[in-house]
Amino acid sequence: MASDSDSDEDFVTYGTPLEPLEEDEPLKKPVPLHEQTVKDEKGRYKRFHGAFTGGFSAGYFNTVGSKEGWTPSTFLSSRQQKAEKPNARPEDFMDEEDFGEHGIAPREITTSQEFSSSRRDEAREKARAVNAQSALITGDTLLEELIAPARSSIGVELLKRMGWKEGQGVGPRVKRKARRQQSDGGAKVYGCALPPEGLADSEDDDDDGEFAPENVTFAPKDVTPVDFTPRSGVQGLGYRGLDPSLALLGQGAAEHIDLFRPESETRSRLFGNAQRGSRRGGVAGQAFGVGALEDDDDEEVYHRDNMSRYDTTLGGEEPGDGLYGWTAPQQYTKKTERSKDASYLGKILEGFTLAQKPAEEKTIFPPPSLPRDYRPIHRFLPSVSISGLSGISPALAEALRTSKGHMVKEEPQQGGRHQLDSGQRRALLGEDTLQGPSSVMELLRPEDRERLLSLCNSSNQTSNKTTTTTNPPDALQSTGLAARVLPQSSAASTCLLQQQEALAAWKGVQTSSQTFKPFEKNPSKQARYEHYLSRLRQGHKDALEQSLDPGMTEWERSREREEFVRASILYRPSSSSLTSRFTRAKQQEDDDTVEVSQDQEGDVDDKQAAVKMKMFGKLTRETFEWHPDKLLCKRFNVPDPYTGSGLVGVPKIKRDKFSVFNFLTVADSREMRAPPKPPESSKKSRWDVSEHTEQKKKNDPLSELIIAARNQTPETEVNQTSVPDLPALPVPTRANDQTPGNKSETKPVDQQSSDKKKGSDDEEEESRPPMDLFKAIFESSSDEKSSSSSEGESENEGGEKDRKKDEGTDEPQPVNLFNITSTSSVTCSTVTASIPPSTTSSQQTAALAQTQVEEEFGPKLPPPSASLIRGSATLNEEKPSKRGKEKKHKNKKQHKHKKDKKKKKHKKHKHKGKQQKSKKEASNSSSEDSDGDDGPVSTEELLKRLKSVPSHQSW
Amino acid sequence: MAFPQPRPQAPQLPHHLLRTIECQQGAVRAVRFNADGNYLLSCGSDKSIKLWSVSRGTLLKTYSGHGYEVLDADGSYDNSQICSCSSDKSVILWDVTTGQVTRKLRGHAGKVNCVQFNEEATVILSGSIDGTVRCWDTRSRRFEAIQVLDEARDSVSSLKVAQHELLTGSVDGRVRRYDLRMGQLHVDFISSPITCVCFSQDGQCTLSSSLDSTVRLLDKSTGEMLGEYTGHKMKGYKLDCCLSSKDTHVLSCSEDGHVYCWDLVEGSLSLKLPVGKAVVQSMSFHPTETCLLTAMEGRVQVWGAEPEETEDDSMVT
Repeated sequence: MASDSDSDEDFVTYGTPLEPLEEDEPLKKPVPLHEQTVKDEKGRYKRFHGAFTGGFSAGYFNTVGSKEGWTPSTFLSSRQQKAEKPNARPEDFMDEEDFGEHGIAPREITTSQEFSSSRRDEAREKARAVNAQSALITGDTLLEELIAPARSSIGVELLKRMGWKEGQGVGPRVKRKARRQQSDGGAKVYGCALPPEGLADSEDDDDDGEFAPENVTFAPKDVTPVDFTPRSGVQGLGYRGLDPSLALLGQGAAEHIDLFRPESETRSRLFGNAQRGSRRGGVAGQAFGVGALEDDDDEEVYHRDNMSRYDTTLGGEEPGDGLYGWTAPQQYTKKTERSKDASYLGKILEGFTLAQKPAEEKTIFPPPSLPRDYRPIHRFLPSVSISGLSGISPALAEALRTSKGHMVKEEPQQGGRHQLDSGQRRALLGEDTLQGPSSVMELLRPEDRERLLSLCNSSNQTSNKTTTTTNPPDALQSTGLAARVLPQSSAASTCLLQQQEALAAWKGVQTSSQTFKPFEKNPSKQARYEHYLSRLRQGHKDALEQSLDPGMTEWERSREREEFVRASILYRPSSSSLTSRFTRAKQQEDDDTVEVSQDQEGDVDDKQAAVKMKMFGKLTRETFEWHPDKLLCKRFNVPDPYTGSGLVGVPKIKRDKFSVFNFLTVADSREMRAPPKPPESSKKSRWDVSEHTEQKKKNDPLSELIIAARNQTPETEVNQTSVPDLPALPVPTRANDQTPGNKSETKPVDQQSSDKKKGSDDEEEESRPPMDLFKAIFESSSDEKSSSSSEGESENEGGEKDRKKDEGTDEPQPVNLFNITSTSSVTCSTVTASIPPSTTSSQQTAALAQTQVEEEFGPKLPPPSASLIRGSATLNEEKPSKRGKEKKHKNKKQHKHKKDKKKKKHKKHKHKGKQQKSKKEASNSSSEDSDGDDGPVSTEELLKRLKSVPSHQSW
Repeated sequence: MAFPQPRPQAPQLPHHLLRTIECQQGAVRAVRFNADGNYLLSCGSDKSIKLWSVSRGTLLKTYSGHGYEVLDADGSYDNSQICSCSSDKSVILWDVTTGQVTRKLRGHAGKVNCVQFNEEATVILSGSIDGTVRCWDTRSRRFEAIQVLDEARDSVSSLKVAQHELLTGSVDGRVRRYDLRMGQLHVDFISSPITCVCFSQDGQCTLSSSLDSTVRLLDKSTGEMLGEYTGHKMKGYKLDCCLSSKDTHVLSCSEDGHVYCWDLVEGSLSLKLPVGKAVVQSMSFHPTETCLLTAMEGRVQVWGAEPEETEDDSMVT
């Protein structure tokens, strides 16, 4: 009905209103059937095809099929269009109606599941659960809950976001007192369900004695709405059929069934306090009388309801009870002890149940009263602990000792002089070894000693063990010979067993690397221990005795004996269960063979020379077999060149890492100072390879010629100072402990030698000795200047010729110059340890500059916008300066850096010079001049520049 | 005359600045024509790639999704996809129209310097500072590379694909040519770190620029040097070089703010194009016409043989 104008603001209208009925109006003619037409949204008539043949919309414009007619859309020739499946969705079979507002798949803006509030309502669920308990079939909602998605609506989500938690009510937080008043305030029925009610009760109970701080607020109580489940039966209000659970529980319905009052007896019964009512077995409902078998005849058979149980007033008691207008009688059952735990239901975490028995109270015993003279310090006498521990298993003993933090013997620094043996003390004091016998035992004759020992062993084996363990201090304190022997012998007897054990453990074990060193602090002791172990491995029975130091006192020896045996058992070779967990490293550091590409790239020096002479082609070209991936060929639309080969990439072979032949062959191919060339092995780091190529560049024969020429020239001071160092050449690790000056000599050679500079020092060292050997054999004493000058030379690759000319006129200075620069450069390389060894290539200057930003290599990217920041006019000069600054960061010492920079400039520029043809040099020099250095520089010029370095510093 | 005279045609060079595009994406690390030369891609250091119209200089689309500066990009032959690589070690395949990331390919151990589609855009090849070239399949959903070419001993700075050949330039000073059809790898030793490699249009030569400030033209089959072009400055930065569309000229970026253009045959410097004050970082030559893109700092400049209408000139600052 359409609402009137004055009251319509209260109502929501839906649908088209009927015209207002006027009484006087003549009856309308019914619309004839043929005029009752249906049109679709476009105004076209729709024909009704019958409810079961399509309704109003059948087919395409009331025809069958589609626009194209009746085409079977499912069949497709599998030949042309394979695997194209008709991917039919349900929507394909729907028409507009279905997509419409009331269709099955409405395509309109609707509240999505996420935002609909009816998704998962905790309170409602709770209420329903409570109701379901009282339903005929208990737990029928259980199934629904199982199926229902465990998603909460957006409202709940929002509430949670705002701090609400499930189980709490909504509203401002209240103080404890206020809330109690609220709940106490007379007509407070808390919810319909028992749990919350009980919850309130129990809390109230608890509150009485509880400390409630003022500043603690509580969320308001949750409200359980009443579940309005429709009645499904035809029975009257309040009818309750036979309840199987009740029947089984043997409890008759004693009371009027209160629909609304959750704390009624029937409800609480559901929650487990079934013992409360009168017990009665069998089936008992309202409609049943007393069975013949039932003994209790007096009971009221027919249920009588009286009005006093009902509430006769409307309203009044409502406020705050959360029942929202229910007028059911409000009786409060007494709070019983039993209902308490049921009442906890609301609080208990999901998945937990209340304990049946209360937790046992722990009886706490008071600590023992300490005697007056008690001092809370305890000292273990070392010998006592040993003799005491010898009885038990060594592992346990060790554990005990470590747990007490009492590692006495292993840690000398802990115990001072008591932990040193006599030999060590002697060494500390600087005394000589005593000549006499070290033990009283040795004063005796051997047979007497034997006799004494055996006697002690036999007699004391049983009794002594107890004496030593119970009161070892006494045994020690008594200074007689017997007393001294006693613990020792008993220890020896137990030791014997342990020794055998250790022997069994270690015998035949061939592991050479003994990783754990228990006596590392005391080298001599460790050595003895290792000696002992090695003997154990060989299966010597008397390993222990042989490995001990005869120079020590008997007592010390016995101690050591103990320790060795214990340690050998504790650190026995790992058992199979342990070893099975570890595998050996696949690639060991010191692996002899290494994967090398089958077609070894040839000598880079030759190629370098070829490049220098611009003889590109055969000399610089290498061709390898390369296996592309099958799929890659497929994607490139190219037949696989190596069909059937499972190989991908460049074939590899195993080759010895350092074989003599490698050195020999290369030594043959090059001149006599040719560096030994380890094969291109183990690509440790690709990053370092580039500079290796750069080093190669230096080794061109031409430069060597010049070097040879240079060697004849007089020496400069710098070189002469470093001459004396030469004879020490073959020392392998020499380069590491050298002064920078020395380094400058060896380094270039090293660089040449380590054909493949891996950047890792150890490998460098490995490759070094043969090199030095070569040097020592082949080179004259003037070699190091040649090498150092070769460094300088190699940097300046390009302009050697010019310089050679210059040398004729002005010899000492250029050499000097080179030496200075080269030294500085190399020292720089040593200073910045992170940089790969050689810093001499131009490419590396770039790399250097880049590493400053991050670990980058190779040609770098230009700065984002230099000109935007700086004046654009000086930009050309800026670039190098920037790079220089970056370098400065790397090199901590600035003065060194200065030279470094300078040197790099030279080198860079020489680079260019090399590439340029002489005829072009003139034309190009202009551009270079702008950079501050030009192609062929005379030595005077260089010298001048060197002197004016401070002025250039500001670059 | 029975035979028509060959039309005398002066070698055309991109003399004239047609347009300057301020890309607004930090430094432009690379600028690339698309397959037909109507659009250009600019790779910015602000992690974005931008697609521009060459003729109008308008921004068409921005592709963002990289985690660090974009170092190179390439468009597929059908202009439907873009691949790009970045310092964030990833290679991304983009859908041009939607601007969405079709695939993000991770596997490189370091920043990825260069990326290229193969001819049919079925494979993306990317060269990285980790010294590997990875071949990514665009067809399958596999996220691992089809093949990893780890022959380079140092950072792969540049790579090009032509038909069945893959050309890579590496900082170890070698130019490697992988011939898929023959199953061979040809290594040409240049000795100086390679910054850029190119195939000539006829596919018979390779061009490689290196940090010794030299551009070399090598015969592809034998490795012999056909030409050497010097005069520019390329000592520290990874700059581009290329050949003109007709293979008549060799062009190279320079650190002195010019683009050098040499006659391919004679080796003489025929044009020294002043681009700006800073380093000319990247450039790209139009696939068919005489049109050159240069990237310097934050802007891309379009150069042509003939000056365009005046309004364009007025746009140029």
